[in-house]
Amino acid sequence: MTTMILGTPLDTDAEGFLQQPSQWSDEIASEIAQQNGIPVLTDRHWQVVRYMRDTFLNTGSAPTIRSLGKESGVSVKELYELFPKGPAKLAAKIGGIPKPKGCI
Amino acid sequence: MADRIEKVSIIISKGSLESVYPGLIMANGARMEGIEANVFFTFFGMDAIHKVKQQHIHVATVGNPALGMPTWVGGLPGVESFVTYKFEEEIAKLDIPPIPEFIELIADSGAQLYACKASVDLFKYDPKDFVPQLNGVITVGEFYEMAGGGQIIFT
Repeated sequence: MTTMILGTPLDTDAEGFLQQPSQWSDEIASEIAQQNGIPVLTDRHWQVVRYMRDTFLNTGSAPTIRSLGKESGVSVKELYELFPKGPAKLAAKIGGIPKPKGCI
Repeated sequence: MADRIEKVSIIISKGSLESVYPGLIMANGARMEGIEANVFFTFFGMDAIHKVKQQHIHVATVGNPALGMPTWVGGLPGVESFVTYKFEEEIAKLDIPPIPEFIELIADSGAQLYACKASVDLFKYDPKDFVPQLNGVITVGEFYEMAGGGQIIFT
C-alpha cells in the first residue's frame, strides 16, 4: 500500500513499515518517530535506528533484541527507555526497514 | 481488529528446559511488543530463577514421548545431558540466550519477576537463593491482584 509521509508517497505495509529502505531519509525517520510517540529523536535513538538499519541492509534481516542490546552500544534497559512500545519493532519502523520477523 | 492485549502474567510451573523456555519467550515477546509482562515462578519453575539450579536446566528425556526416544534409552547415563547439549546448541543458533542470560534480558526489558511464596516455603528456599533480578516472593492472592486487568498464561 502507499502512505503519504511529508508529501512523499511511500510503499509501506498496513502498519506503516517501509517496504523499500531506499525511500527512507532522516526527515522521514523523524516524522515516523513523531507519529509513534517519540517527539524528538536523540543521538541515542539515532544510534539504535542506524544500527538496526545497517544490520538489515548488510545481512538481510533485523537484529534480535539480544544482539541489539549487545552490539548497538545501547543496553537493553536503555533500549526500552528510548522505545517503550518495543525497541526492535519501533527502531525498524523509524529506520525504514520492513517489520522484523523473528520471535526473539 | 480485536482489543489489543496490554498486559500478560505468565506462570512458569515446571523446571525442564522445554517447559521454561516457552514462558520466557512469551514474556520477552510481550515486552518487545510493548506489552506489560509479569512472570510468576512456581514449583520446579523456580529453578529458572535459582542462582545455582538455573545453570543446570535439562531437557526431560524420560517420560517425554514427543522426543521419539524410548523411555529406557532416555534413562541411560549421559543421554539427558547429551540431548540437552544438542538443544542448547540449536537454541543458540536462533540467538535465543541461555536461561540465566534470558532472565536478565527479560528483567532489563522491564518485566517483573516473582517467586511463589507457597513454593518457596515448600522447597525451603531463602530469598538469597534467587537471582538479584527477582522483584519479590508473593502469595497467590498478591499474584492475582498484580495480574488484574491483563491475561494470565499458565505454562
